[in-house]
Amino acid sequence: MLELQNLNVFYGAIHALRDVSLKINEGEIVTLIGANGAGKTTTLRTISGIEKAQSGKLLYNGKELNSVSASEIVKLGICHVPEGRRVFSTMSVFENLEMGAYTRNDKVQIKKDMEHVFSLFPRLLERKNQMAGTLSGGEQQMLAIGRALLSKPKLLLLDEPSMGLAPLVVKEIFSIIKDINKDGTTILLVEQNANMALQCADRAYIIKNGEIDMEGNAQALLNDESVKNAYLGG
Amino acid sequence: MEQLIQQLVNGVSLGSIYALIALGYTMVYGIINLINFAHGDIYMIGAYIGFALTTFLHLGFFPALILSMLLTSMLGMVIEKVAYKPIRKSTRIAALITAISVSLFLEYGMMYFVKPETRTFPEVLPNKQISIFNTSAVLDIKNIYILVVTITLMLILQYVIYKTKVGKAMRAVSLDSDAAQLMGIDINKTISYTFAIGSALAGAAGVLVGSYYNSINPLMGVVPGLKAFVAAVIGGIGVIPGAVLGGFFLGFTETLVSAFGGSLYKDAVAFAVLILVLLIKPKGLLGRNIREKV
Repeated sequence: MLELQNLNVFYGAIHALRDVSLKINEGEIVTLIGANGAGKTTTLRTISGIEKAQSGKLLYNGKELNSVSASEIVKLGICHVPEGRRVFSTMSVFENLEMGAYTRNDKVQIKKDMEHVFSLFPRLLERKNQMAGTLSGGEQQMLAIGRALLSKPKLLLLDEPSMGLAPLVVKEIFSIIKDINKDGTTILLVEQNANMALQCADRAYIIKNGEIDMEGNAQALLNDESVKNAYLGG
Repeated sequence: MEQLIQQLVNGVSLGSIYALIALGYTMVYGIINLINFAHGDIYMIGAYIGFALTTFLHLGFFPALILSMLLTSMLGMVIEKVAYKPIRKSTRIAALITAISVSLFLEYGMMYFVKPETRTFPEVLPNKQISIFNTSAVLDIKNIYILVVTITLMLILQYVIYKTKVGKAMRAVSLDSDAAQLMGIDINKTISYTFAIGSALAGAAGVLVGSYYNSINPLMGVVPGLKAFVAAVIGGIGVIPGAVLGGFFLGFTETLVSAFGGSLYKDAVAFAVLILVLLIKPKGLLGRNIREKV
């Protein structure tokens, strides 16, 4: 479905991604794990068109995305839930969800999808008219995911959905991520919480200093000694 | 007492004008963090467009107002495309200098085309005065026009910003442009619309002032532009209701100073008020103190 071929991204003089290649098949949950500053977020930002690659190819269902604008990429079915949630703080929960559906014009279907999001996250329905900035961290993460779902993504990019959340809430979020995947949305999950991510994913890539260091079946990596030592706390 | 009532009436009109111009300043600042110093000159060009339409084409007040708003909104979009868009990613000081250059370019460009002399606006509004409570203070019908047009435009603006897709996109971009982009919002278009709306409001203010004071000149935008900027900062730059509050606040302050015999000092007082507000509430009267949850 999505394929990155030898992607190179620079921030000024800093070489953030070095020949990154990865592949996501339809229906999978793929996770990209790695330390702080390894290039996880940059990878996602490049896929969603905010950063542009200097070289290499970004292919989505065979179509090259390298020069497609961020807003067009959303229309093609890739939606990115950014790190730190980034909900529109002084807009209501409902308006945030409306922004998620920005690229769509089918009012009837949007309404249905809105109800679907409310059924996934009943707490959002309770707080429909509340300012997004007043929600708790977990609720904001739910809103950020719900907002992304309203763009009807075929591929959902999740950046650190567990960041700063209580363990119980993290569990809840991950179970919802699995549900979303079961409904037919392919997921690329970026996480620092490698343990949770590997348990949830089908396949995994490990990124180190801007380079893909390891890849493989998530379960296998979970049991790999070197991965255990480096990312799973021994 | 009569003097006071009279000055309050004037304060409403002056405040309306400041508020209309301040709205454009604050909207543009809200969305791209740029102090668009050329904004006062768009107001001036709006006045000239109104002048040309009423003098040469003999249009009435409302057609001239609407056409002038349309043309200034286009001018605003062109200025953004040509001058501001290419430097959007550069430093703020570069953007600021560009804005000042655009301002000077518009002022002296207009001076070249329309000559520096003051022009007399034709009488497009009914010249009728009503005495207030049988005192010698008078309410000019023009004051009512200014207030009604201003309030109507503000209500329309309110509707656009809170109820339409474009308006919501503007708010989203001003809150977090990266996140807005990830929702598929076209940032360039949204910024363009913001300039269009802000400039249209300034154009309306230009026509209102032209038909109220009857005289316009190519440098007429400098001082009101600066004052409107002050109004926007007093209210809290980037905050839309703040611009309206700041505009009326400044309008009343100036006219009250005049009422008590200090008309020579009204500009000084306006800026003193700015300094005072900034000392007490650095973010402006309605400014938001951003609190982030992590």
